[in-house]
Amino acid sequence: MSAVLSVSALAKRYGELEALRDVSFEAGAGELIAVVGPNGAGKTTLLSIIAGIQAPSAGSVSRGAGQGASGVGWAPQAPAVYSKLSVAENLELFARLEGLADPRAAVARMLEQTGLGARAREPVGRLSGGNRQRVNVAIGLIGEPPVLALDEPSASLDPGQRERLWEFVAGRVAAATTVVFSTHNVSEAQRYADRVLVLADGRLLFDGTPSALLASSPEGEGESKGGDLESALVRFLRLREPERPGV
Amino acid sequence: MRWLLRKDLVILRRSRLLLALLIVYPVVIALLIGFAISRGPSRPRVAIVDQTAPGETVKVGGQRIAVRQYTRELLSQVDAVEVPSRAQAVAKVKSGEVLAAVVIPADIAARVASATERAQVEVLYNGNALEQSLVQSTLDSALAQANLGFSAQIQQAAGTVIGSLLRGGRLGAIGAPEDLIGLDQIAPTLGGIIARQPRGQDRTELERIAAFAAFAAQNLTLSRKVLATIGQPIRVDSVLLHGRRTPLNTFAVVVAVSVSLMFVCVLLAAGGVALEREEHALARLIRSPPGGHGPLISREALLVEKTLLAAGCAFVIAFAMLAGIGAFVTLDWGRIGLWLAALALASIAFGALGVAIGALAREVRAASLLAFLLSLPLAFLALVPAGSVYGGFYDAISAISFVFPFKAALQALDAAVNGASPAIGLTLVHLAVLAGVFAALARVGLRTVE
Repeated sequence: MSAVLSVSALAKRYGELEALRDVSFEAGAGELIAVVGPNGAGKTTLLSIIAGIQAPSAGSVSRGAGQGASGVGWAPQAPAVYSKLSVAENLELFARLEGLADPRAAVARMLEQTGLGARAREPVGRLSGGNRQRVNVAIGLIGEPPVLALDEPSASLDPGQRERLWEFVAGRVAAATTVVFSTHNVSEAQRYADRVLVLADGRLLFDGTPSALLASSPEGEGESKGGDLESALVRFLRLREPERPGV
Repeated sequence: MRWLLRKDLVILRRSRLLLALLIVYPVVIALLIGFAISRGPSRPRVAIVDQTAPGETVKVGGQRIAVRQYTRELLSQVDAVEVPSRAQAVAKVKSGEVLAAVVIPADIAARVASATERAQVEVLYNGNALEQSLVQSTLDSALAQANLGFSAQIQQAAGTVIGSLLRGGRLGAIGAPEDLIGLDQIAPTLGGIIARQPRGQDRTELERIAAFAAFAAQNLTLSRKVLATIGQPIRVDSVLLHGRRTPLNTFAVVVAVSVSLMFVCVLLAAGGVALEREEHALARLIRSPPGGHGPLISREALLVEKTLLAAGCAFVIAFAMLAGIGAFVTLDWGRIGLWLAALALASIAFGALGVAIGALAREVRAASLLAFLLSLPLAFLALVPAGSVYGGFYDAISAISFVFPFKAALQALDAAVNGASPAIGLTLVHLAVLAGVFAALARVGLRTVE
């Protein structure tokens, strides 16, 4: 499988603080990749560099050859939408700013995919958190980018809203969009992600499937059985504490 | 850029309170200023206690001047409420019914006539420091006017007496001879008598008397002129060395329009940029994803769009204000081209200041507060006149006013509307430079998006 996104030796410094150190990975078309790790691990920094919001201090992010002119779509954790504009107006604005050939068709398509057609004329400020997040993600996808970066997309959603959001994302992944998302909800990563990247202190400690992460940190005595990725992640990070300076 | 501009206009249209303020504000301000400067200041309400006897006069030589003349002069300068006693006047001042009271004492005529004791009137004030200052200044002016009028009467009477002394005839004073010889006539009369006198002791004495009479007549003539000079010792003749004299009411119009232009423009521009951050949309707009076309909109284009939007709105509002006030005050519409140029450059400079503030602030409320806190003192500082504060402090104020657009905008509008100095070309260049500087600062402020 050819890579649609290549992250190579990525580093980011804020003065003395090293937010990312030598992070490298590749993503293939239609992959759903979860970035997990403790607070301050560098998840948001990694996502923001992939999305082109920040420039790396070293290393590079590149798109695979033959992927067309569109870049990486992005949906931040806090919905980046205009609350006084309607759902359709928000989508149309970004479709026009993206320079799409047929903005109205793109709006109609995204309304259909998000299931927000009935609320197209409603101001975004009046929508629930879940629907606002769906508009946020839809704007990230309006230009049909081959890669979508989502920064903690389900952080403020209830279980029902989260379910609907992942159904929508899954639809895009099925259409070969590569999705890289950060999350604190490890069970969400276990349930939906094809691959998990574990970041801690700016280092990439693990890159593999959720089941491989489970296998890499066997349960200890007295711990509950049953393939709990969150427990496995905690064990994984504990086992690697000596490797992590300053922990 | 046009889609972003369109979006901002839609948001502005839907912000009903803000839109209503933008429409109502210039109308209300224009009406308020128009009425204020076209009606002129009202006269202060002052209680007058005239304790002099009815028909009381001051005697100057053979002339009598009614004290009522002084009271009448004072009454014409204020909105007078005549009260019979000092106690009632004090009560009216305390109750706030009148702003002050003037007590004209019973002995004023005697004191004026004595020429040794100074006559005086009593003034009673109340109210806060600002009211006291306003009333005192108005009353001082009114009393000075009344004094001047009364003094003119006395001068006239004294002049008449001096004239009679010089010319002779009937003086009208009790005890004066019926057909008095005038000082002017003594020297020539004595000259004739002296000519007929043989040389000797008598003739010498007569010559000395004639010389004294001529000298006295000459100096008494001079004293009439001295009296007139004492009445108004220094006459003021103002000469403006450059530029045109700006009438106070049209300068007030320029100040009002400049202040409104600044507030609308700076607040809109600052709020516009800060709103992009507050809605988390700024990063989405100006990010440069790998393999993409580049940002949806460049930082520079975003700043230009916000500046133009704010400047456009403020320009329309300021022009509406100017036109509205023009219904009350005579403005030279032949200079409309210069008005528009000054308004346009001032709007852009204020817009640039606004986007610089917006780029530094993280949210609309912080941007609005910062814009307000900066704009208000700038307006005050720009209006501090030279000589009203310590020299070094004034230099500091001038330096601050120079690096912000308010004073330059005020000067440009004053030059455009009133033809005042400095020349409009110079102030427009100043505004253009300031617009560039603040736009550059805004660009630095937008370096980070998160």
